[in-house]
Amino acid sequence: MAKTFLPHSITISILLKESIGWARQHLFSSFGNSILTITVFSILWFFVPQLVNWSLIKATWVNNPIACQVNGGACWGLITDKYRLILFGIYPYEEQWRPFVAILLFIAIMLIVANPRFWKLWLSSLLALTLAIIATLMWGGIANLPFVSTDRWGGLPLTLILSVTGIVLSFPLAILLALGRRSKLPIIRTFCIIYIELWRGVPLISVLFMSSIMFPLLMPEGITIDKLLRAQLGIILFTAAYLAEIVRGGLQSIPRGQHEAADAIGLTYWQKMRLVILPQALRLIIPPLVGQFITTFKDTSFVIIIGLYDLLSSTRVALSDPQWQRFYIEGYLVTALIYFVFSYVMSQYSQYLERRLDINMYSK
Amino acid sequence: MPNSDLFKISSSEFHRWWNSERFRGIIYQLLLVMTVLIIGWILVANTLTNLDSRNIATGFKFLDREAGFGISEHLINYKPSDSYLRAFKVGLLNTLRVATIGIVLATILGIIIGIARLSRNWIVVRLAATYIEAVRNVPVLLLLLFCYSIITISLPLTRVAFNLFDRIFVSNRGIHIPSLIWDINSLIVLLTLVASVLLSIGIGYWSHWHQKKDRRDFPILLISLILIIGLPSLVFLMIGAKLSFDIPHLVGFNFTGGTTFSPEFIALLLGLVIYTSAFIAEIVRSGILSVSYGQTEAALSLGLSNIQVLRLVVLPQSLRVIIPPLTNQYLNLVKNAPLAVSIGFPDLVSIANTAINQTGQAIEGVFIIMSIYLIISLSISFFMNWYNKRIALRGGH
Repeated sequence: MAKTFLPHSITISILLKESIGWARQHLFSSFGNSILTITVFSILWFFVPQLVNWSLIKATWVNNPIACQVNGGACWGLITDKYRLILFGIYPYEEQWRPFVAILLFIAIMLIVANPRFWKLWLSSLLALTLAIIATLMWGGIANLPFVSTDRWGGLPLTLILSVTGIVLSFPLAILLALGRRSKLPIIRTFCIIYIELWRGVPLISVLFMSSIMFPLLMPEGITIDKLLRAQLGIILFTAAYLAEIVRGGLQSIPRGQHEAADAIGLTYWQKMRLVILPQALRLIIPPLVGQFITTFKDTSFVIIIGLYDLLSSTRVALSDPQWQRFYIEGYLVTALIYFVFSYVMSQYSQYLERRLDINMYSK
Repeated sequence: MPNSDLFKISSSEFHRWWNSERFRGIIYQLLLVMTVLIIGWILVANTLTNLDSRNIATGFKFLDREAGFGISEHLINYKPSDSYLRAFKVGLLNTLRVATIGIVLATILGIIIGIARLSRNWIVVRLAATYIEAVRNVPVLLLLLFCYSIITISLPLTRVAFNLFDRIFVSNRGIHIPSLIWDINSLIVLLTLVASVLLSIGIGYWSHWHQKKDRRDFPILLISLILIIGLPSLVFLMIGAKLSFDIPHLVGFNFTGGTTFSPEFIALLLGLVIYTSAFIAEIVRSGILSVSYGQTEAALSLGLSNIQVLRLVVLPQSLRVIIPPLTNQYLNLVKNAPLAVSIGFPDLVSIANTAINQTGQAIEGVFIIMSIYLIISLSISFFMNWYNKRIALRGGH
């Protein structure tokens, strides 16, 4: 507060002195450091103006590839032309408000789930309800909504469906596998170990391949499952193995005394797990769980290989248009930004949770 | 007393055989075995009917049949008339080539960025952090497709390729570099190189033993460098500086001669290396941070130089934290290699996919992929575990 009464010239000189001190400490602390700073700055000096020039000054905002060629800058017209293809894939054009609402619903439910205040039992029902609403919305077939088959679903909603459903449905399976791996019964333990290690040893891409090639062979004759469901099943079975190891980590960090106390008051195995062990263990594993969700969110892009049109895949389709082909940087940049925003927000959130957990642990 | 009566009932209830933990355990396990068997039996039966109706014979006999498809890149000789087995071998070698080079490059880049992230220089720290956050939060496939587009769309045509000293050419058909022609001269130089590497390893062991005896540090790194670079150059000059290279040159619309790295290979390699390096950088950073600053201060007060502190005190301790997660990153890189399919690089999975489409031998093909990947994953973890044991604290936990 005292500073406000000083004459401006003095304030400025103090600020200047402080910033020179800061620069000396952080940029020019030694001869080598000074050289490094100057080199980096000169590289930035060269590239940043070019970048600004390309992305803003010389950029073309209208939807016209020839104007883009003439101006020579970024061609954001590509996005105005193709944004609906990138975001919604080949979903019927007039019906695209439905995937748009689906995206909003996804963001809303993620914000609710992220809030520790709502971590109650009813949350899982709300989650299931939202997923059901989204599925109905996308499929249609009731109440004036025309039916849209899954091979026309695409874009961001598909990415979100595959990853959110993948995590949500693999979670119960993961809990069973983790409990099984720590069980005293040898056959159950061996079975769970084999399941977990087998899935963790193979690439997700080959799992997706397998789901698209092998499922038709495994099914009874005449019954076919559509491609999306097959990929979804593959993702669930695969993610469950990774999640199981995370859950096991949580189970291992619960002290023995908790088990003994639960046994001492005569709880059965399932009561003990449901009422004592799991509520504590699951709270601990939320940060790594979010990390696994980010991985799944990014890795659903692999479905490009079995011909599903998720966000990345539909971007690629948009860029295969000959007149826009040269402007792939703009297309991939925007898609990368969408992935980045989701992943970055989630990773910051998981770091926040970790700090919060730390505080809770130490304050006890 | 009514109370003791109640107790009696519950205790006898407790001892009924169907309430015993042992019996229940057996029942649960029997149920699991039966469920697995029934589901397995249904699936096998379905598969057999399906295979029968499609006229596909099970078994690995198809591996001897003629593959009939061309493969653009092969480290061993391959032509379409070769067998499926040979095609699988070509694919496996391509996967291993990408994985090995990728692991080496990603480790080097990751260590550089991880150390930059801890630099005392503010701007370097910010740049490294931006790189890590930007790369970690986008899918590896996006990086890969982006690299592929850069190479195939933005690099110049072969006629106007980037030209480095008329020896190395960079065009939208890939990178073309000169290759060594095998003759007696190149063999001698190569043998000297191998000999000097072996010699410096020997000196390393000797100095380690020597150092234990009289506790003096030996400039092993400097001496090995002089040996490995100097000795072969000396031999090279002695034989009259004659080494023949096959230099790439433009014939028609493409380069011939020399060694070519195809756009698919480079894009796959770049995508995997960039993505994995960001994760390795974070691992290196947390590993170095895990060694408390007191260790550095103690080492400095003993009079060790900055380099010695890093080499003798900080690195050996941080490696223990770094190795286990690093193993996971190596495994991830190998497991992401099948993304090659998306740009048409003939790796193991992409060749298996072609073979499955041609023969319908889905189960055998998937079995081959899965078992090879399991073998690769297990050998990487085995090697890294061995290394981890070697550097772990002796006699400690």
